[in-house]
Amino acid sequence: MAKILMKGNEAIAEAAIKAGCRAYFCYPITPQTEVAEYLAKRMPEVDGVFLQGESEIGVGNMLFGAAATGQRAFSTSSSPGISLMQESISYMAGAQLPVVLVNIMRGGPGLGGILPAQSDYFQSVKGGGHGDYKLLVLAPSTIQESVDLMMLAFHLADKYRNPVLIIGDGMIGQMMEPVEFPENYKEPPLPDKPWALTGASGRKPQIVKSLFLDPLMLEKNSQILNEKYEQMKKDEIRFELYKVNPKNEILITSYGTMARICQTAIDDLEERGISVGLFRPVTLFPFPEQQLFKEATRKNIRAVLTIEMSMAQMHEDVQRVIMGKTPTEFFGRTGGVVPSPEEVIDQIVGLLDKYSGKKNTKRSSSKSKKA
Amino acid sequence: MVDNSKTIFARPESMTENVTHYCPGCTHGIIHRLVAEALDDLGVRERTVGVAPVGCSVLAYNYFNCDFLEAPHGRAPALATGFKRLRPDMIVFTYQGDGDLASIGGNEILHTANRGEKITTIFVNNAIYGMTGGQMAPTTLPGQVTTTCPSGRNLTDTGYPLRVSELLSTLATPAYIERVSVHTPMHIIRAKKAIRRAFEYQIEGRCFSLVEVLSTCPTNWGMTPSESTKWLNDNMVPFFPLRLFKEPETTA
Repeated sequence: MAKILMKGNEAIAEAAIKAGCRAYFCYPITPQTEVAEYLAKRMPEVDGVFLQGESEIGVGNMLFGAAATGQRAFSTSSSPGISLMQESISYMAGAQLPVVLVNIMRGGPGLGGILPAQSDYFQSVKGGGHGDYKLLVLAPSTIQESVDLMMLAFHLADKYRNPVLIIGDGMIGQMMEPVEFPENYKEPPLPDKPWALTGASGRKPQIVKSLFLDPLMLEKNSQILNEKYEQMKKDEIRFELYKVNPKNEILITSYGTMARICQTAIDDLEERGISVGLFRPVTLFPFPEQQLFKEATRKNIRAVLTIEMSMAQMHEDVQRVIMGKTPTEFFGRTGGVVPSPEEVIDQIVGLLDKYSGKKNTKRSSSKSKKA
Repeated sequence: MVDNSKTIFARPESMTENVTHYCPGCTHGIIHRLVAEALDDLGVRERTVGVAPVGCSVLAYNYFNCDFLEAPHGRAPALATGFKRLRPDMIVFTYQGDGDLASIGGNEILHTANRGEKITTIFVNNAIYGMTGGQMAPTTLPGQVTTTCPSGRNLTDTGYPLRVSELLSTLATPAYIERVSVHTPMHIIRAKKAIRRAFEYQIEGRCFSLVEVLSTCPTNWGMTPSESTKWLNDNMVPFFPLRLFKEPETTA
């Protein structure tokens, strides 16, 4: 299939169709509404279900009901809307239902703003709703990767009977890039869905629930969930290295579109003789702990710099993983402010001054001074 | 010898043999049975999915012999919507109390009814929160004593009881809405007809259907079962009149 130019939100919508999903529930919220507008036209073409709900609370619970049929279903929203869905997400995790959710993040807290941000990291990877559960969280950095991860998300949801969340900042939703959809898309074999509610015909009634009044049964359910999360940690870790090599003085950790901005800065610095590598987690849960530790603790790395469009959220995981073996630093802008490559460069130069004990101003860019 | 015995009363196939956890004198058991009889009579048990609420009937799935989903508090109509949209060939009903449906789930039931989802809602109204131990519900009557209005429901502070059937009947979307009660055998027979009719409308794919069933809560009302049925008749029926509010044929 030839490449086509698509807006991120529309590409995400089409990727769901290509992954065989025929059910979508939505509530309008900027900056992800184009997913709904695209699917309002597209779902009827493939005899799928498109429904605009009365609220994100309603939508999350429609998704809950839809997932209980055993068919693929998904929803998209943005930060405040995802907060409203946390109730249903907790229930779906507890009841082990496979669904896909997309959060095209905007600045918060509260109503916040409508511009790109990454300030829902904690909500995404540390729970979000009540109870002992995890989502499998994927963070694309390009529109093509959004398509690829979106299709993968449905597979992983079915594989683990667990909600999968894709988080992209507002740029992922609004940017246009060329994308390619796979031809003759085939997935590895998946387990059957004997748990799906199809009517008690020729079998005993089945119940999809998250209530376990017996504490031993509830503990057992949490243990079953935890076994899945441990399996994810073994099998599903995804990350990408960019220009990581023994000459690196600084290692950046960054995800999503922020990581691409860092790549521009790294290319620029390379031309000036400063070697910086990038570690980009693609799965935020499971977090690539051992892989990051290995790269961060190499002898040539003076410091690890986390860069996010938030006030240091993933940074807490980075610090947790590195355990003080290498100095860790943070740089971030938030509220919809996107750091420029020049700002990233200035941060790196500043760190080299700090950790080498000598001034690196000669190596800083004229560009960075302008910025 | 010829065996002339014949069965005149038996457990509906749509009910399990489990003993219910409901308090003595509570009418949930009667309402469960009426729903089960309707599923049996209409032959739809094997393609039915119930959606349980949060409240006393959260464990309804232990007593119904059909597939079940358990919803967050108040959200059963949203779950039913999602399920039914993907499986229009199946029969989907929600079973909800007044705290669940009229309070926390007010928005979900309103919009589910307004979209005309082809589902059936059994709305059990006993004017109190049962499972949490007798707190004020949106349907608690004026002056009625509960643990959170110990001096009686004060209309100045808390407004009037919500009449759900009347409220939903104002929607322009076609629907079947009837209020019944189960405090006497005569009322039980009428309730059974209404519940059966509600499922028939769904089976025919015609409209959203809701049957509001006035129910007793002797434990939290602080009465004997027989005092409860009398209290229901004397206090609830005047405020929540028993009648057919709406049917698709008469919708403007």
